[in-house]
Order: sequence, then C-alpha cells, then structure tokens
Amino acid sequence: MSTTASTPRLKTSAMIASIAAEGQRVRAAPFGKALVALAQQRPEIVGLTADLAKYTDLHLFAQAYPERYFQMGMAEQLLLAAAGGMAKEGLLPFATTYAVFATRRAYDFIHQVIAEENLNVKICCALPGLTTGYGPSHQATEDLAMMRAVPGLTLVDPCDALDIEQAVPQIAAHPGPVYMRLLRGNVPMVLDEIEGYRFELGRAKLLRDGDDVLIISSGLLTMRALEVADDLARDRIGVAVLHSPTIKPLDEATILAQVRYKHRLVVVAENHSVVGGLGEAVASALLRHRVQPARFELAGLPDAFLDAGALPTLHERYGISRQALAARIKRWLA
Amino acid sequence: MTTDDARLRELSAVAWRIRRYAVRMGEVQGQGYVGQALGWADVLAVAYGHALRLRPEDPQWEGRDRFLLSHGHYAIAHYAALIEAGIVPESELETYGSDDSRLPMSGMATYTPGMEISGGSLGQGLAIGVGMALALRHKANPAFVYVSMSDGELDEGAVWEAALSASHWKLANLIVMVDINNQQADGPSSQVLGFEPLADKWRAFGWHVQRIDGNDLAQVLQAFDSARAWPQAQPRVILCDTLMGKGVPFLEQREKNHFIRVDPPEWQQALDILDRNRPEGALA
Repeated sequence: MSTTASTPRLKTSAMIASIAAEGQRVRAAPFGKALVALAQQRPEIVGLTADLAKYTDLHLFAQAYPERYFQMGMAEQLLLAAAGGMAKEGLLPFATTYAVFATRRAYDFIHQVIAEENLNVKICCALPGLTTGYGPSHQATEDLAMMRAVPGLTLVDPCDALDIEQAVPQIAAHPGPVYMRLLRGNVPMVLDEIEGYRFELGRAKLLRDGDDVLIISSGLLTMRALEVADDLARDRIGVAVLHSPTIKPLDEATILAQVRYKHRLVVVAENHSVVGGLGEAVASALLRHRVQPARFELAGLPDAFLDAGALPTLHERYGISRQALAARIKRWLA
Repeated sequence: MTTDDARLRELSAVAWRIRRYAVRMGEVQGQGYVGQALGWADVLAVAYGHALRLRPEDPQWEGRDRFLLSHGHYAIAHYAALIEAGIVPESELETYGSDDSRLPMSGMATYTPGMEISGGSLGQGLAIGVGMALALRHKANPAFVYVSMSDGELDEGAVWEAALSASHWKLANLIVMVDINNQQADGPSSQVLGFEPLADKWRAFGWHVQRIDGNDLAQVLQAFDSARAWPQAQPRVILCDTLMGKGVPFLEQREKNHFIRVDPPEWQQALDILDRNRPEGALA
C-alpha cells in the first residue's frame, strides 16, 4: 500500500509508546516516583520485577533503594511466589511485570500463593488492555476478567498520572493483595482538572453530570469518556462520566445511585474485553438490584485476538478512540 | 555407645512414631498418602527431631527455621511430624480429613499451626522459599528455610526458575529435600518425565548437592548436618532416594501407586507390624 508524502506511515506502537495524545499534559513515571516517595516512610516496602524494571518505572525505585530491589529475572511464576514469600516474612512487596505475564502466565501463583493466604503483595502491571501494538502476546485484554475471579483480590485500573500517584500509598495501606494496572512512561494528566477529585480506593467518582448518557468507565477510557463528553456537548448531548477505578470491590452503591438518578443510556467504557470486565460487573449489579437504565451498552474491546499495529489505528478499529467512542454512543442514542 | 549412636536411637524412635501417627490418620479416613508418609518419615524425623529450631508453643516464633511442605499431599506425613514436635496435639489426629478439621487432606497454611505454606499446587514451594530466604537475609534473621518436595514436582518449570534464582542470590540459608520415590500420579516418575541425572542437574544450577538413601537415618542425619555446615555461599539440596511404604513390608511390596491402596483391615495390620518392630526404648 502506498502512502503519500504528506501522511506519514503509522508504525507499530512499541512497548514504550505513550498513550498520551500530541500536546497532552503528561507526567513522567508517576508510579516509580510515588513508590520512591512512599518507600522513604515505609522501610518494609521492597520492589521486585521480572526483567521489566525499566518498562514498569520500577527502575526509579531500584536506583533509590538498591538494597530493597530484587531483580528476579524473566520468571513470572518465581516473581509472584517469591513476592508471596517475602510478604509472609513481613515485607511489603511491589511486584511488577506486564499484565499479560502476571495474569496469564502466573495465574495459579497469584491465586494459590498470594490470594489464598491474603498476602500483602501489590502486583503492578504495565501494558493493560490495548496499550501496545505488539498483538495478543502483549495485549492484556482479559486480565481483569481473570483477576476478578480470584477471591479477595482488590483490582485497580487508574486513569492517569494523578490516579496512579494517589493510588500507590492507598494500595500500600490496604491490607491484602492488590492487582493494579499501570500506565508508565509519559502518562497523561487529566483528573487534576476535575475540581475536588481525589482517588479513593473502593470508590467511584462522578466527574461530570449530563442528562442523556451516563458513561461508567475505568482506566484510560475515563480519559476518553471526558473527551467524548466535551465533543458531544457541542451536539447538545449531555454526557455524565462516572469513573470507577476500583474494579473490585466495585462501588455498587454509587453506580446504582447514578443509574437510578436519571433515565439515561448507560455505557460502560473500558480498556478491556467486553467479557468479564467492568461492563459485566456493572451489568450484574444492575440486574441483581433490578435497576433498569433506558438502554445499556458495552464499549469495551471485542472478544477477539486483536491486531498488531499502531495504537491510534487500533483504538479506532476497536472503538475506543475518541472519535470511535463518540460515534458508537451517537449510534446507540439514535 | 557414642553420641551419634544415641542420637540415631532417638531418631529411629521419632521416625517410628511419625509412621504410627500417619497410619492412624490414614485409618481415620480409610485413605491418604500413607505410602509417601512411610517413605518420608525418616527425613521428617531428622528435620523435626534434630535439625529445625522451633518453639512448639509458639509456631510463629520469628527465630524458627521455616519448613515448607511444597508437596501438599504429603500433609499426612507433615501432621505426623507436627504432632511429634508438639505443635499439633496428638488427640487431633482423630479429625484428619474430617469436615472443619485443622488437618485437611492437602496441607494449607491457613488451617494448621506449623504449616508454613499452602503447597497443593505442585512446584510452588521452592519459589516461595526463595522469597522467604531473601527476606530473612534482608532482615538479618539467621533462620534456615527448608523446602520439602517430591521428584514428580520436578516436572514443573517453576521449580527450575526458583533453582536458578536461589543460586543467583547465593541463598546459603535455603535447604531443599527432594523425595525420590520414583512414583507419581500416572506411574514411575522416570517414565512420566525422566529427570536423571538429577545430581548433575542441581549441581549445574549452582547448588551444593548430596544424594543419599533417604531411609537410612545415619545418612539423613549426616546430610542435614553437612547441608547446614557447608561453608560456601550457595543453596543446598539433599536428594533422598526412598521407598514408598517403608517400614510396612506388605505396603512396600504392593503394586506401586501414587495413591496406595489400603484395605480396611490392613490399617491395623500395618500398626501391628510397626509395633512389632518398635525401636528399643521408644514410647508410643
């Protein structure tokens, strides 16, 4: 296929690709910086990785606390079991790798070693959902579905740098295992524009109100939802955005109250397969509590092995780009 | 009589009691991995009767040596050792495998005092042990981590991730005992997935290796002492060839199975045989 000189060929988005749009405000390595700051007050914090310190921003912790840093090699089963062993000895391990490897490769080790004993391990994983163009080997499009099924595991899907900075001390303070999806590198800064916003573990937060649509979202899809809300406002479509960064335990009370509040189209938008993620968690809550929105739709990734390529192309193709998400919502409203 | 002879006589009484407790628990359920328990009793006797630093009244004592049962189905053997060590009361063996018992068929940390990990999913214990050994060193705690595992477990890739890691981190506070009874679920381990030459493999991974007859108490005692005393900064493994059903000849000779068949009247027959061969001076 030929390309004209004026339209540059989009290249496969590598692991280090930023999800920030051009010109967007960003903060560098929010996870690594927050962990370094917290570790100063909490000497029991240790950091472990499976050959992905640089790609999870844990390298900052390694530089700051070399004696508390454990490079476990490219061995995710070992990584998570050893983190469990350290937690049994009273340390507070933060273990990092890519989401695909922690969940798909080391599932039994998270389930049996960490969760079954309710060990205090924080599993922080980069490349959640569709944030790399490397194809299904690296795209963790079903990590939340897998992790939701593990009893007692707390799941966090932060939206931006602010969420991550504020989540780190809170997941550390939470007694028990946590799985957190990481955005790393230059991470967009969005939620500081929402007056009074603060990440609270276990709580969903209404970021803006609107009469026609309620988007319930997590992770980077909350950023998209806010953009789409701006865009649709120009068409006089009122879009409310309810950000639910804690996937489990789900803040059902806030979600139910918001759905009951106005008879609207409810769209659950997530950087995850439509199978087993936030969407199905919300659907289950609504059905169990007999709360019936005007219409209910899932704006997640398809139940499929996704393509390789450039992230802008892929986000457009699978309906989670700004334009594609807006178009889907308009279609559902029509 | 030398000190060693006296020690060995004591340990043979310990091993004898562990075998008896295990058979009695098997009788409660009419089933259980009693073949493995009989085969592993001598190693457990040396571990709990000689090597481990423990405070039976305080199973979570920070200074204790950690004993990780990676092969969770050996719980019946481990409970017997915990009874022998005074951590679990003997009266509790009557509850083995019953609803709401602290002694479930597969060992779990959340159920039983002295059970450090939940080991049923095979191949996880050594990796947990690596984390604990690193943490103990980090805390400047001189305790040892002992990991008990089986030859069939060596099929699991995570064992070798952990073996590489222990050597990389020079974990001199980590001692592994592998039960080589050559039996796993689908048949002889060597036929299911061959692992020999085993000593060479561990040596190549950077470990201090001993291979012994795991039913010869003198060898087991010597191996534990050598493993602890080994001066170099490397993890230690004791490869123990054992005989399933050891001490009860009709079980030793039974067609070998992972889950050994024991008919109802045979539990008492097994106890009778053990009692006839009671070591001199041993009390039940």
